[in-house]
Amino acid sequence: MRSVRALASVLLAGVATTALTSCSLVGGGDEEETANGSPGKVVLVTHESFALPEEVLDRFEEESGFRLEVRSAGDAGSLTNRLVLTKDRPIGDVVFGIDNTFASRAVDEGVLADTDVERPAGAAAYDLEPRSDTADDLVPVDTGHVCVNVDDTWFEREGVEPPRTLADLTEPAYRDLTVVPGATTSSPGLAFLLATIAEEGEDWPAYWERLLANGAKLVDGWSDAYQVDFTQGGAKGDRPIVVSYDSSPAFTLDGEGGTTTSALLDTCVRQVEYAGLLAGAANPDGGTALLEFLLSPEVQRALPDSMYVFPVRDDVDLPTDWARFAEQPEAAYDVDPAEIAANRDDWLREWSDVTSR
Amino acid sequence: MRRTLALLGLALGPVLVLGVFFVLPVAGMVARGFWPDGAFDPGGVLEVLARPRTGRVVWFTLWSSAVATVVSVLLGLPAAYALHRLDLPLRRVVRAALLVPFVLPTVVVGVAFRELLGEAGPLGGLGLDGTPVAIVAGLAFFNVAVVVRSVGAAWEGLDPRPAEAAAALGASPAQVLRTVTLPALRPAIVSAASVVFLFCATSFGVVLTLGGLRYASVETEIYLLTTNLLDLQAAAALSVVQLVAITALLALAARLRTVPDPAVARRTSRPRAVRRSDWPQVTATLLLLVLVAAPLVTLVVGSLRVGDAWSLGNYRALQTTGEGALLVPVTEALVTSLRTAVDATWMALLLGLVVAVVVTRRSRTPGERRVRSVLDGFFMLPLGVSAVTLGFGFLITLDRPPLDLRDSALLVPVAQALVALPLVVRTIVPVLAGIDDRQRQAAASLGAGGLRTLATVDLPVVWRPLLAAAGFAFAASLGEFGATAFLAREDRATVPVVIFRLIGSPGAMGYGMALAASVVLATTTAVVMLAVERLRVPSLGAF
Repeated sequence: MRSVRALASVLLAGVATTALTSCSLVGGGDEEETANGSPGKVVLVTHESFALPEEVLDRFEEESGFRLEVRSAGDAGSLTNRLVLTKDRPIGDVVFGIDNTFASRAVDEGVLADTDVERPAGAAAYDLEPRSDTADDLVPVDTGHVCVNVDDTWFEREGVEPPRTLADLTEPAYRDLTVVPGATTSSPGLAFLLATIAEEGEDWPAYWERLLANGAKLVDGWSDAYQVDFTQGGAKGDRPIVVSYDSSPAFTLDGEGGTTTSALLDTCVRQVEYAGLLAGAANPDGGTALLEFLLSPEVQRALPDSMYVFPVRDDVDLPTDWARFAEQPEAAYDVDPAEIAANRDDWLREWSDVTSR
Repeated sequence: MRRTLALLGLALGPVLVLGVFFVLPVAGMVARGFWPDGAFDPGGVLEVLARPRTGRVVWFTLWSSAVATVVSVLLGLPAAYALHRLDLPLRRVVRAALLVPFVLPTVVVGVAFRELLGEAGPLGGLGLDGTPVAIVAGLAFFNVAVVVRSVGAAWEGLDPRPAEAAAALGASPAQVLRTVTLPALRPAIVSAASVVFLFCATSFGVVLTLGGLRYASVETEIYLLTTNLLDLQAAAALSVVQLVAITALLALAARLRTVPDPAVARRTSRPRAVRRSDWPQVTATLLLLVLVAAPLVTLVVGSLRVGDAWSLGNYRALQTTGEGALLVPVTEALVTSLRTAVDATWMALLLGLVVAVVVTRRSRTPGERRVRSVLDGFFMLPLGVSAVTLGFGFLITLDRPPLDLRDSALLVPVAQALVALPLVVRTIVPVLAGIDDRQRQAAASLGAGGLRTLATVDLPVVWRPLLAAAGFAFAASLGEFGATAFLAREDRATVPVVIFRLIGSPGAMGYGMALAASVVLATTTAVVMLAVERLRVPSLGAF
């Protein structure tokens, strides 16, 4: 009896092992990859929020003849730093997703090669400051604004007038109502910090002290702030004011032809995401083709639904919900990229000190 | 001399693997800090160590991890007893369920905890959100399974006769526990506690999510310094602090778990019926179950809500890419996860077995013993070093032939195997060490060769704990996030990576799908663990 059971166990283990081996990565024998250098392949290095519909990506492979490989990890900052550390032996051909807060570091460190990709209609408005020494290192691909969002239904129900400006957030009427993602741990958080610096100038630490004294809640990232603490997020939290994007109202439709939230257009700061050819890329031709593709009407049209950002081309149509509910500000806070480059690390350190006191 | 050489020869394989995939990358990153512009400049690193912020960060890491470790052990011990020595109904299911938190991605657990503790949650009145109490609770939630499982396995194999003898001589239950049982379990408890401490000290998501950014640990600080500020000098300084602290901890643990004679008479006693006097342990186990279940229930409930109605829509959506938020559907990611876990498991088992054999053979000279104990500690190191340092290190060191491995599909399973390796080693070592060497000598004198001795003496004792270790390694691989998120290719994303992306997408479905995917991951893990238990493993292993 005992030996029968032992035998059965051994057999079972054997069968299980065989079955599992067949589905292991090694055993499965996926197509063997050669290193970066194989001619037909173009490698896109990007951040973790990159997404495009499969048929759009397939179209690139069909039209250009190159096989596309996507490597995504971390946020815009982590992406930039990975490229800086590996610039002697780049990990791909093209980068997408360096934003205006990290662009200067990538350019100064010589991560990028010159390109002569033609800008489509409207894109030139988002170029980095004209630079004399480098030609066109970074090509703008998409844009959006980080704005304070409010839950209109909450304010209507409570009979409170919603805030309008950054200064309003420190008013007693809005005590314990705001939630903000951290500047050191999230890119909308950093953008919001830049907005406060643009508004308050040198006195921005004092503004943050007032903001926190007024009960503003600080959390790790956007998903924590919006999904958990915001009253219109997935978990239906209890704070009706949140730092998010100008496109967010297009995702909170009430099913009756309206939206339940709105972005405060006087609190916005602009974010632009860039793409570029990496210096030392194994496949510069494929890289250039990919850059041109990122600016093509097809990709630009897919951006809102896939990555929740606005296209830089002004000749493509927005999705219906976006056209109605994702209102872009007329004017936004703007911080000079050179100033960001010079001060970013000091600002972040000082911000950490002010907020963890 | 020849023995020492043979020892080193056998250890060569695992040492090489760890050398290439751990020492080289970490050394590469630390070197960037010490040689900022190609010139050796240790002054910058030393200056960082003198910053007051560094001291605060190190102190917070130490005390929060220590408290979380103590809490995990205190919560885990009664449950280890009740679930391994008492004939409780459904105890196999409960044991499998307790391991579920171990594999859940921190980002999801963070959200679940905050839904529970947050201002709008059912426990919001306690005001714990964003406090160190929440961080400690989160850390204990993740790690209590390690204590239950490993100490429980040791308890199960403990000979009950000494305790019975003590009781017969008039000792009270408390006296028996203090003078007989706990001393016998000390090696297992110390090992489990040291593993838990390492997991706590390097946990990243829990501190950020539950601490509301007001608390920085060494791990979060290295992340900030490396990925955001690119201050490699400061990151190197903290990495060195991490390594020194871990080495000290491992040395201390090795000393604490040493017992005069590791050889133990192992016998698996049948779990006995529950008596009335067992109520404290059973109550404590139920309490633990409630504590672990509360965040999980929040997850399940959340995953079944679409809009304001109950629905399975989130689960059906797992076959899609979530309105374009993902490049591969969650179902495909689950297949990738399972395949990767298979690879990581066999790698961890193979390496772990060799390491265990090497470190447990009886030493003849003090020098030999020292080599063995250094090797033992060496393979624990990957648990204690920041995933960010390791990930960036991979990119800058494994970038040229013959080690051009940055694109290799094996990088992810290898990284996961390194995380699982200490779990495997710590499960098998006590069992191998417990075999009386005279049995091997007897086999040899009867004419058995080395392999034959291994097959007739070691294997029968070790193969069952080996299966248990396999289950643990499999679970650890399924849940690994830090290194995987950094190294996995987009078309080979694993479930935790996909969950992270879903929860960060503003689409209406993202949040619900992330919760549903977490429930699927949790269920998969529980099923795998139950299957391992079904193989009737009277787990003799212990940490």
